[in-house]
Amino acid sequence: MMASSYNAKEEDGHHSGSSSHGGPGAIKSKKPDNTAFKQQRLPAWQPILTAGTVLPAFFVIGLIFIPIGIGLFVTSNNIKEFEIDYTGVEIDSPCYICAKNFSWNSTTSCVCSVNFTLDQPFESNVYMYYGLSNFYQNHRRYVKSRDDSQLNGVESNLKQPSKECEPYRTSDGLPIAPCGAIANSLFNDTLELFHINQNGTKQRVNVTKKGIAWWTDKHVKFRNPGGSSNLSVAFQGTAKPVNWRKAVYDLDPEDPENNGFINEDFIVWMRTAALPTFRKLYRIIQKKPNSTPTLSSGRYVMEITYNYPVLSFDGRKRMILSTISWMGGKNPFLGIAYITVGSICFFLGVVLLVIHHKYDTRTNSAEIPN
Amino acid sequence: MARENEDAGMAEDVSKAKSQRKSKAKETKTRTVHANTLHDFAKGEENPSRRYANNRIKTTKYTVLSFLPKNLFEQFHRLANVYFVFIALLNFVPVVNTFLPELALAPVLFILSVTAIKDIWEDYRRHRSDMEINHMDCLVYSRAEKGYVEKYWKEVRVGDFIRLRCNEILPADVLLLSSSDPDRLCHIETATLDGETNLKQRQVVRSFFDLDCDFDPLKYNSVIECEKPNNDLNRFRGYIIHQSGKKDALYKENLLLRGCTIRNTEEAVGIVIYAGHETKAMLNNNGPRYKRSKLERQMNVDVFWCVIILLVMCLFAALGHGLWMFQYGDKRPVFDVLSPEGTNLSPIMSAIYLFLTMIIVFQVLIPISLFVSIEIVKICQVYFIHQDADLYDEETDSHLQCRALNITEDLGQMQYIFSDKTGTLTENKMVFRRCTVAGVEYSHDANAKRIAMYQEMDSEEEECISHGGTLPRRDSVGSHQSARVLRSHSTKSHRRTGSRAEAKRASILSKHTAFSSPMEKDITPDPQLLDKVNDCSSQLDFMRLHSQPMSQLPSDLSDVFDFFIALTICNTVVVSSPNQPRQKVRMRFELKSPVKTIEDFIKRFTPSRLTSGSNNSSSSSLNRSSNKGGSSMQSCPSAESTLTKLNEEQSSSVMEHAFSPAPPSYDGKAFCTPDEGELRYEAESPDEAALVYAARAYKCSLVGRLPDQVTVELPHLGKLNFELLHTLGFDSTRKRMSVVVRHPLTDQITVYTKGADSVIMELIRPPITGNSKGRRQKKILCRTQNYLNLYAADGLRTLCIAKKVLSKDEYARWLQHHLQAETAIQRREELLFESALRLETNLQLLGATGIEDRLQDGVPETIASLRKAGLQIWVLTGDKQETAVNIAYACKLLDPEEELLTLNADSQEACKLLLEESLHYIQAKFLCSSGDASAKDFHANVSSFEIYPSSPLSSHAASDSVHRLGLVIDGRTLAYALDASLEDTFLTVARSCRSVLCCRSTPLQKSMVVKLVRNKLKVMTLAIGDGANDVSMIQVADVGVGISGQEGMQAVMASDFALPRFRYLQKLLLVHGHWCYSRLANMILYFFYKNAMFVALIFWYQFYCGFSGSAMIDQWYLIFFNLMFSSFPQLISGTLDKDVSAETLQQLPQLYTSGQNSEEYKPYMFWMNMIDAFYQSLVCFFIPYFAYTDSDVDLFTWGTPITTIALLTILLHLGIETKTWTWMNCLSIAFSVALFFTVALCYNASCPTCYPPSNPYWTIQRLLQDPVFYLLCTIAPVAALLPRYFYRACHSTLFPNPVQVGRQLDKLPADTRRNILSLSRVKMGSWLSPRQPSLPVGKPQNCTQKDQRGTEAPAKRAGAESVQQGPAHPPDPHSSSLKELGAKNDPLLSEELQPASTKDPSDPSWVPSTQMDRVQLNLPPSRAPPCVTYVRSSETALSCEQTPPCSRGTTAEAELYTAV
Repeated sequence: MMASSYNAKEEDGHHSGSSSHGGPGAIKSKKPDNTAFKQQRLPAWQPILTAGTVLPAFFVIGLIFIPIGIGLFVTSNNIKEFEIDYTGVEIDSPCYICAKNFSWNSTTSCVCSVNFTLDQPFESNVYMYYGLSNFYQNHRRYVKSRDDSQLNGVESNLKQPSKECEPYRTSDGLPIAPCGAIANSLFNDTLELFHINQNGTKQRVNVTKKGIAWWTDKHVKFRNPGGSSNLSVAFQGTAKPVNWRKAVYDLDPEDPENNGFINEDFIVWMRTAALPTFRKLYRIIQKKPNSTPTLSSGRYVMEITYNYPVLSFDGRKRMILSTISWMGGKNPFLGIAYITVGSICFFLGVVLLVIHHKYDTRTNSAEIPN
Repeated sequence: MARENEDAGMAEDVSKAKSQRKSKAKETKTRTVHANTLHDFAKGEENPSRRYANNRIKTTKYTVLSFLPKNLFEQFHRLANVYFVFIALLNFVPVVNTFLPELALAPVLFILSVTAIKDIWEDYRRHRSDMEINHMDCLVYSRAEKGYVEKYWKEVRVGDFIRLRCNEILPADVLLLSSSDPDRLCHIETATLDGETNLKQRQVVRSFFDLDCDFDPLKYNSVIECEKPNNDLNRFRGYIIHQSGKKDALYKENLLLRGCTIRNTEEAVGIVIYAGHETKAMLNNNGPRYKRSKLERQMNVDVFWCVIILLVMCLFAALGHGLWMFQYGDKRPVFDVLSPEGTNLSPIMSAIYLFLTMIIVFQVLIPISLFVSIEIVKICQVYFIHQDADLYDEETDSHLQCRALNITEDLGQMQYIFSDKTGTLTENKMVFRRCTVAGVEYSHDANAKRIAMYQEMDSEEEECISHGGTLPRRDSVGSHQSARVLRSHSTKSHRRTGSRAEAKRASILSKHTAFSSPMEKDITPDPQLLDKVNDCSSQLDFMRLHSQPMSQLPSDLSDVFDFFIALTICNTVVVSSPNQPRQKVRMRFELKSPVKTIEDFIKRFTPSRLTSGSNNSSSSSLNRSSNKGGSSMQSCPSAESTLTKLNEEQSSSVMEHAFSPAPPSYDGKAFCTPDEGELRYEAESPDEAALVYAARAYKCSLVGRLPDQVTVELPHLGKLNFELLHTLGFDSTRKRMSVVVRHPLTDQITVYTKGADSVIMELIRPPITGNSKGRRQKKILCRTQNYLNLYAADGLRTLCIAKKVLSKDEYARWLQHHLQAETAIQRREELLFESALRLETNLQLLGATGIEDRLQDGVPETIASLRKAGLQIWVLTGDKQETAVNIAYACKLLDPEEELLTLNADSQEACKLLLEESLHYIQAKFLCSSGDASAKDFHANVSSFEIYPSSPLSSHAASDSVHRLGLVIDGRTLAYALDASLEDTFLTVARSCRSVLCCRSTPLQKSMVVKLVRNKLKVMTLAIGDGANDVSMIQVADVGVGISGQEGMQAVMASDFALPRFRYLQKLLLVHGHWCYSRLANMILYFFYKNAMFVALIFWYQFYCGFSGSAMIDQWYLIFFNLMFSSFPQLISGTLDKDVSAETLQQLPQLYTSGQNSEEYKPYMFWMNMIDAFYQSLVCFFIPYFAYTDSDVDLFTWGTPITTIALLTILLHLGIETKTWTWMNCLSIAFSVALFFTVALCYNASCPTCYPPSNPYWTIQRLLQDPVFYLLCTIAPVAALLPRYFYRACHSTLFPNPVQVGRQLDKLPADTRRNILSLSRVKMGSWLSPRQPSLPVGKPQNCTQKDQRGTEAPAKRAGAESVQQGPAHPPDPHSSSLKELGAKNDPLLSEELQPASTKDPSDPSWVPSTQMDRVQLNLPPSRAPPCVTYVRSSETALSCEQTPPCSRGTTAEAELYTAV
C-alpha cells in the first residue's frame, strides 16, 4: 500500500523533473499512433522503371502521336498562304525608292505598288497580315514603355502618363497620348489590295478592319478617355507621339468605334510580339456568300503607302495572305514534331523490347513469380 | 550560422547578460548570500540578494516587442537571405528593374515570414514550458508567517530558506543546512542532471552538524561567500561565515542542485545559493545543437556552382546585349528605347546595366525556397522518425528523440560506428547464469529457461523476423529442459504469463534501485545446489546445537556454504528497504570500525569473544561522530565507543547475540523486519548485485551491512553476523576484491576473495600432491578451469570465488604490515597494494560464477546487419579486456573464426614495434592472398593500403582491404598509439581489421579515437553511448547517439539522437537514415534541376529579344513558380518517398552502402541534372518557338504555354523520380497543376490595366480555347522527359544498382520475398551488385585452397542458380523447405544455409576456446615485455601460415571453408 503511493508520487516527480529542464523532448503521449500515415505505410503504388514496364508506354505514345502528327501535318498543308516582301531592298523592287528615301522625318508619304499572282484561289476567310522581321518588339525596355491605364482611358494617366513611358512621355510639355515607345513606333503603312480582272481593270478587294483585335482588348483593356463623343475634345491637351503623322483621334475618322485608343490597328500593334520576326493581323477578307472563292486566282496589285522605315535596323516588311484552320495559320512544325517524337518513341520501344528480351528475363521472372 | 550559436547559447545569453550587468555593478569574484529572513522587510535596494537572478526561468528568445528586429537580425545571418533581399532591393533601381518592385519582395518576405512563424511557434512552446516550471510549488520560509509557506518556483529568491520533502524536486541550487537524517545526510537522485540513478549523498554544512533541534531560519545569521555561478556540476567552493567570525568551508557535498530529486530523506532545509538561470543545471542546459550535415555541405558546393553558372549566364547575356547594341551603331532602331532619363546608353553601359538586370531575372537559379524546403522536409522527417512505433520502447515508455533537427540525412551516410559497451551493447543488467562450486557445475537450467521466457516476452512482437539469427544460447535453453524442474515458491510469483505492462510496472517499481529488474533479482535456483545448501545449513544448525566443531562438515558441503557466504558478503552492496523511502535498514548493534590499531586487534580478538551486538539505539551521537568527515570507513573509533563496545560485549552472552534477530526501531516507530524479498540491494557495480541476488535465491541473503559487520540470513541458521575486519576494494590492477571477516560459526579469520579468473587461478594454493585432499583440489581446479573456459566462450563474465583461512598469528603479522601501510604518508597506495597482494595468496578455490551482462535484445543481430551494411564498428569501452572480448564475442562483434590481434604495450617504442609487427603481419597475409590473384588485384590491394583514401570514392576500395581480423587494444597502448607519430600506423592497422575493440579507454581517449578516425580518414562517424563517459565521444562524432536507458540523461543531453535501446540503431540507420538521405538527396538534386530548367527557358529567350533581359514568362509566374506551383509535390516526395520498403532495407543491409558512398548525390549527378535541365528547357522552349514562329502571337500568349509546359515537365519529372506513389503524391501534383491554372485564370481575369509591364489580361482564357495549346502541352513534356525515362528504364534493366534490386524485391509477394531474402544471407550480396568487390563470389580467396575452390565454385554457382530459380518454384510456405530446395541442387548449399548456430554452448564437445592457439610474438625491450597475441580458431590456424582467409565474406561462407 505504501509502496504504491510512493510510486505514484514518484512518477509525478519524475515527470515534472524531466520537464523542469524545458527540454524539447517533453512529449505527453508517448506511444506513437499506429496509423498508416504516421508509420509511413500509406498504401502506395511503386512503379519500377524497367525495360519491361515502360515498354508499353513507349509504344502507346508512338501509336498515338504518329496519327496526330499526320493529321496536323495534313491540316497545315491544306492552309493556303501567300507571302510577299515589299521592303524594297533590291533595286528592282517597286518600293526601292520609297525604302531608300524614307525616314521617320519624312512628311510626304511615298506610294508604291507591288504586283503578284495567286496561283490558287483562297476559299474561306482570308486573313491579311503584315509581317516584320528583325523588329525586336520584345525588347525589355520597349515592352515596358506603355501606360495601360492611359490606354484604358483613365483621365489622370492621360494627362500624367506613367514614368514607364519615358522618353516618349511628353512632347513640348504636353503629355503624349498614347505615350511610350510601342505606340510611338506604330506600324503605319497602308496596304490596299486590288484584283486585276481579266480585262485589266483594278478592282479593290473588300476588306474589313474590324475584328482583328482581341475582343477583350477592344472592349475592356482599351478605352477612349472621357465621356464626350468627340474624341478631339477628349484628347485635348495631349500631344501625338513623335513619329505619328496624325493624332490618335484621327486614326480612323470615318468610324468613331475604331478611333482613338480603340482603333484596332493600334490595339493589334500594342500587343507586343513574342519574337523578332512576327506578323500582325491587318485586315480580314470575308468569305463571299456565294460559292465564288474569297480570292480567286489571278493577278493582284498591292498599293502601299510606304511610311514605315525598317532598313535602318535591317528589317523586312511583308504582306501575308492566309487562310486559317482550327489550329491557326500554316505551320507544319507541330505535325512534324508529333510524327518525329512518335517515331522516336516507337523506335525506343523496339530497343527496349530487345533489351527486355535479352537482359530483363531475370527481373521479369522475379516479378511474375510462378 | 550565427543562429546556431544563438540557439545553443540561448540560456547562457540570458544569464550572461545578467551576469554582465551584475559584474558591472560589483566587480567581485564571489557571490555573497545573506539570508532573506534578515531582510524581509528591507525591500529593494537594501536587500543584498536583489542583484542575483531570481528563480524565474525564461528560455524564450523574444518578447512581443523584440521579436521583429531580433528575428530579422538572426535571419539575415543566413547568407542566402541577404542575397535575396539584395536582389529584391536591386529591383527598385529603375535602370535595371525587371519586375514590379513590390512583387519582387514577395518571395523574400514569404521565406522570412515562414521562418519567423516557425520561430514564434518554437518560442511559444518554450514559453509554455517555462510557465509550467515557474509555477511549480515549493515551501519557502516566510518571516511574516513564522513558518514555511507554499510559493511558486519563480518566487524563490537567492537567500530564501526552502524546506524540501522526500521526492520533491529542487527548485534551485540549495545549500543544505539541515536534514532529518540522523547522519545529517540528504540523498538526492541526479537522474535528470547526469542521469545516474544511484543516490548521491549530500551533507549538511559542517557547522550545522551538531544541531540537535530543528533548524530555525530565524536564528540563522551567517553569510555565505561562494563562487560565481558556473556550469561545473562537480565543483562548488565557498565558505560560510558565522556571526562569531568562524569560517567554515563549503564543498560540492553541501550543495543540492536544481532539478535533482530528494530521496530517502524525510525533510531537509537549505538556503538558496543560485537561482533560475544561474543554477548549474540551467547553465548546463544547452539547446538543440546545430550541425551541418554532409549532404548540406555537398549541397553548398553546388549552390556555389549555381552562382557561377548564374554569373556566367549573366555575363554572356550582358556581352550579347553589348554586341547587339553595337551592331546597330548610331542608327538607333525604334524598338531600342532610350533610358528613362532620355540619355542614349552606350553599348557598354547598357551591358553593365543588363548584367544586373539578368541577375534579377535569373535569381531563380539560386533556389530561394531550397533552404526553407529543406528545413520543412527535415522537420517532417524528424516527425516521422519520432512517430515510428518500432523505435518506441514500451518498457521505459520512451521514444527516439531527435535532438538535432538538421542532420537526419547524415544517418544514412555513416561509415564508422563507435560504441560504448556497458549499457549500450549490454543492458547493464547482470544476470546470474550459472556457477560451479567445488568442481561441480550447476547449469541452472530452470533459470536459463526463465530468462529465455523474459526474452520471449520481449521478442513476441518481432516474430515476423526470422529466428535464424537468434542467439544460439537461447536455442540451447529449450533443448536443455530437465523434467524435474523444481520451482521454489519465490519464483512462482514471477512466473507471470508476462504481459509487458506488468513488466513495465515492475520496472517502475524497481526503478530506484540501481541495477535491478525482475530478471536480475529472481533467480531460479538449481535444484541440486539448493538441496545442497539446505543440507549444509541444516547440518550446520544441527552441529551448532550440538556444539560440534564446524570443521566436521563434509568438504563439499562446506565449500558450498563458503561459496554462498562469499557471494553474500564479499562486496560493497548496501541494503535498503523499499517500503520506507530508502530508509536505511538500521541493524546497527554497535559501532565498530575495521580494525585500526593493534590494541584494537588485541582487544577484539581475545579468545571466545564473538562479535556480538546489542540494541544500541542510543548510539546516534556515536553514529554521527563516526560520520564526520564523510565516510564512516575512514573514521577512527573514539575511545568512548570502544569502551561502550567492550561493556556491551561483556554483558552480552555469546551465542544469543550472534543470532539476535530484532533490529532497533527507527524514530521510535515500530519497525518490522522487512521481508527479505523486499530488500533492495544497491551495488556499485551491477555484477555485485547479481551475485547477492543469486545467493538470496538460495536463501542465503544479505540483510544488513554496516561498516563493521555484515548480517546474513540463512535457512535454519537464522541471522549470522560477520564481523567485517577489512575490505580490500576492487582495483583494476589486482582485478579482485577481498573481505576479511571473522566467521561467526567457526570463529576463524577468513578471507573471501572474488576476482577475475585469470588472477585468482594463479593465486590458488598449489594442491599438495599425494593425499586425497590434494587430489580433490587438483580435480576441482582442473574442472573449474574447464568450466570457466566454457563460460567465457559463452560470453559470460566469469568470477572466481576463493577463500583463505588465516590463523591468528598470520593475521596479526599481516595486520601489522597493513596498518603500517595504512598509516604511511608516502607511497601509501603502493604499500596498501602490496599489503593486499600479501594477503591474497594461497587461496582455496571455492568455485566460479558465470554472470551474463545481458546483451540488449537484438544486439548481435543489429551488429551483424550494421556490419553487413558496410559500417565499421569499433567498441570503445572502459571495461577490462577480458570482459570486453567476451562481450564482443557474444555480440558477434568478434567472430570465433576471426584472428585476434591483441596489442598490449608498455611504452611508446614497444607500441611502435607492435604496430609495425602487426602491419607486417597483415601485409604478409596480403601478399600471400594476392599471390595467385591477378596482378591487377594485387595492385588494387596494395594501393588500397594507403593510409588515407585519396578520394571519397576509394573508400570502397578501402573496405576491400578489411580482413577477418579483430584488433584488441587496451587503454595504455591506445594512449601510445594515439600519439602523433604512431597514429597513422595505428589507423592503418585498425583499418584493415574488421572490428576494433579498445578496452580500458578513458572518455578522452574515446573522443580522441573518434576525432582521429573522423579527421584522418574523412569518414562519417557515429558515436553511441549511454553514460557520462561517452559524452565527449558523442560530441566529437558527426552524429552522436545517446542511449536513454539506465544511466540516464547526460549522454542524451549531449547527443543528437537519443535511443531507448541499441537495437533501434538498426532501424534508425538502415531505414530512416537511408530514407532521409535518399529523400533529401533526391530533393536537392531535383531542386537544382527544377530551377536550372526554368531559368534556362528565359536564357534561351535572350537570343530572341536582343539579350535585353526580357522574359516571356510573366513575372508573377516567374516569382511564384518556385514558391507555389512546384513546391508541394517535392515537399511531399521529400517527406514520404520510399525507395525501398522498411522491411527490405532491414533485411538487406547492403542497401545502406548507397548512402555511405553518397550514391544518390554525387558531384557528377549535379552536372547530369544540369545537362538534363538544359536539354529539357531547350525542348520546352523550342517546341513552342517553332510552333509559333512567324505568327501573330504576342509575348505572353506565347510565354504562358511555355510556363505551363515547364510546369508539367517539372512535375512529371518528379513523377519519374518518385518511387512510391501514395495518394498524397497524386494529390499534390494534381493540386499544383490545379493551383497553376486557378491562379492563372484569376490573375488573367482580374485586372485589365494592372501588373505592368506584362498585363496578361485574358491570355490564359484565350489559350484554353486554342487546340494548339493542348497539343503543345502534350508533346513538349513527352519530348523533354523521353531521354530520362528511357535512361531510367535501361539503367535499371541493364545495370541495376542494389537499391533498384531492393525495389524489385519489394514488388514480390511477401513469402517469395522472404524466401529470397533468407537465401540472400548467403548469396544476395553478389546477386545484388556484381561490381561490388568485397563480395565473396568470383574473387580468389586464398592461395593453397585453390583446388578446393575449384570444386566449390560450381557448387556456388549452383547455389546462385537456385536463388534465381527460387521464385519459379512454387512459393514455399515455410522457409525451412528452402533448405530442401537447396539440398536438392547441391548438398553443399544446404550446408551453406545452415544457420551459424549449430554450436551448442551446452554441448560439452564444443569447447572452442580450449582449442584456441596463441602465437606470442615477444619483443625484447622494456621491463614488462609487451606482446602481440594472435589468437585464432584451431581450424584456421592450421592453414594460417599459408592461407589466411583475407577477403571479407559471409559467415556461412567462412564456415564452408572450415567445413571443407
